[in-house]
Amino acid sequence: MDVFIPALLTIITAATPLLFAALGEMVTEKSGVLNLGVEGMMVMGAIIAFTTVHFSGSVSLAIVTSILAGAIMATIFALFVLIFHASQVPTGLALTIFGIGLSALLGQDMIGIPYEGIPKIAIPLLSTIPVVGSLFFTQDFLVYLSLAMVLAIHYFLQKTRPGLILRAVGDSHDAAHAMGYSVVKIRFMAILFGGAMCGLGGAYLSLAYSPMWVEQMTAGRGWIALALVVFACWRTGRVLFGAYLFGGISILQLHAQALGIGIPSQVMSMLPYLATIIVLVIISRDVSKIKLNAPASLGKPFHPSR
Amino acid sequence: MLRRTLLSLLLAAGLAFTGSASAETKVGFVYVGPIGDHGYSYQHDQGRLAVEKELGVKTSYVESVQEGADAERVIRQLASSGHDIIFTTSFGFMNPTIKVAKQFKKVKFEHATGYKRADNVSTYSARFYEGRTVIGTIAGKMTKSNVVGYIASFPIPEVIRGIDAFTLALRKVNPKATVKVVWVNSWFDPGKEGDAAKALIDQGVDIITQHTDSAAPLQVAEARGVYGFGQASDMSKFAPKAQLTSIVDNWSNYYIDRVKAVMDGTWKSTDSWYGLKQGMVKMAPYGEAVPADVRQLADEVKQSIIDGTLHPFQGPIKNQKGELVVKAGEVISDKDLLGLNWYVEGVEGSIPK
Repeated sequence: MDVFIPALLTIITAATPLLFAALGEMVTEKSGVLNLGVEGMMVMGAIIAFTTVHFSGSVSLAIVTSILAGAIMATIFALFVLIFHASQVPTGLALTIFGIGLSALLGQDMIGIPYEGIPKIAIPLLSTIPVVGSLFFTQDFLVYLSLAMVLAIHYFLQKTRPGLILRAVGDSHDAAHAMGYSVVKIRFMAILFGGAMCGLGGAYLSLAYSPMWVEQMTAGRGWIALALVVFACWRTGRVLFGAYLFGGISILQLHAQALGIGIPSQVMSMLPYLATIIVLVIISRDVSKIKLNAPASLGKPFHPSR
Repeated sequence: MLRRTLLSLLLAAGLAFTGSASAETKVGFVYVGPIGDHGYSYQHDQGRLAVEKELGVKTSYVESVQEGADAERVIRQLASSGHDIIFTTSFGFMNPTIKVAKQFKKVKFEHATGYKRADNVSTYSARFYEGRTVIGTIAGKMTKSNVVGYIASFPIPEVIRGIDAFTLALRKVNPKATVKVVWVNSWFDPGKEGDAAKALIDQGVDIITQHTDSAAPLQVAEARGVYGFGQASDMSKFAPKAQLTSIVDNWSNYYIDRVKAVMDGTWKSTDSWYGLKQGMVKMAPYGEAVPADVRQLADEVKQSIIDGTLHPFQGPIKNQKGELVVKAGEVISDKDLLGLNWYVEGVEGSIPK
């Protein structure tokens, strides 16, 4: 079908910000920290990236600054959660609200400024393959990066020693502490990484997905990313699947409307969220499987008992 | 002695405050989106600036107010802080406006695009659909695929009026053309609007138009090499090649008139529905891509609406089922237009309930 390829292309752009944020949050949660500030970090990444590219013209600089923006937000979160032993859930929520407000303040003058978006990079030989070429091998840099991060994070968590230590901290921070690993340091790095990835996800929104700045342009995607991590049972491959599923349904409902399929548009808008709930229910039937994958110390504050 | 001094001081202060309040008229504005949307709310703000410039009064505004409970809070805050007239500029502010107006009988309220009035609440709207007739004419002449895309917000009569007027004009010059509608259920969501545009273009439309407030669909059109129409303001800086023209809302004259009426004491609750003739609806300059003969035709259509010789909803009009609903020589009345809830022939799909 003629519409299929362009629809898939749109699905990729819709899924990428979710993928970045969900991957980052997954790493954070694997270390035992529940960071609900994803939405705030994403939107800060979006405004910083857009402002940077507007004033400097350099996309690479924009990507770097958005990573920094996410990391700085994450540092604030880490400070409260790791040093002051604040409860993770309200701290994350506060950070989300803070991020949304701060980005709106910073972005006041940036509303209404046009930007043509970041260029697509065609991989030399592979992009000439008839159908698959334009789909998989002619994408912008951040899409490639997101897919590379899937592989890198999977390798890191499953095949390397530092990844093992991170998972150990997430499963039992007391045992890891007893083994002599610095739980605070490891969690801090994981939180930083998560924040940086959220910043990247936000940057993708304002640089490529809809190249402009508007207040709250993340429109709840941070929360979807959080749900995706649970949906994926904290497994990297499933995060990829979940992000594309969600992005896919969001786009397909628009296509269905344009095709004149008679389902009310409000139902169509609900579909992505409905799909997430349905999959969550299916997964939840196998409680043992979830328990196996959820980091056992998720959300519990770490108090080293001396 | 001390108590009396204090009381008289308080009284003096109170008199001073009320004195200063009645001397200067304060005007408040409530916007549903950011003024930086460069669309609907931006144009309302241009009206506010015109009031300031022309009449020298103090104005204040609150932007990005969500329709609902928050709106009530904002309107109440403006009413209780000395504003004499408050403009609430979105359909969804209707019930909050009526509610607050009941409690602040001395304050005047102007509600845009709504239909509930009170002694101190007026309504006003623009006949945007007249602009739709003009752009429908241009679209009919310029589409090559004969499928045109329409990105719509909510299935309220105002939006359906726009779709119908557009489609009627489109098919008048091009009987084979049809309109595909996608509902994004938001007035302002650039991500979703852009995706809707992409979906429509992927399905073969070569001209898009919208009843949503951001420039995202036009940006997509520009990137994909198709044409489009701006909404509520001139969006050509987002899409220099793609924008054929734009419907521009011009609230300045109306706002100046109404604030003057408050200052003169002649303000009464009214319902105003102005269009091209009164200058409330304007058309942006044509884009380069519009050829001379199409420009001329569009100008003629515009002029005949202003003269009254052409009514955007004059018969014969068939509905989607092909039944003749309006006979030749008849027009759809204002009353019926206000409650319009059916598609004309040529629109694909059905209206969401």
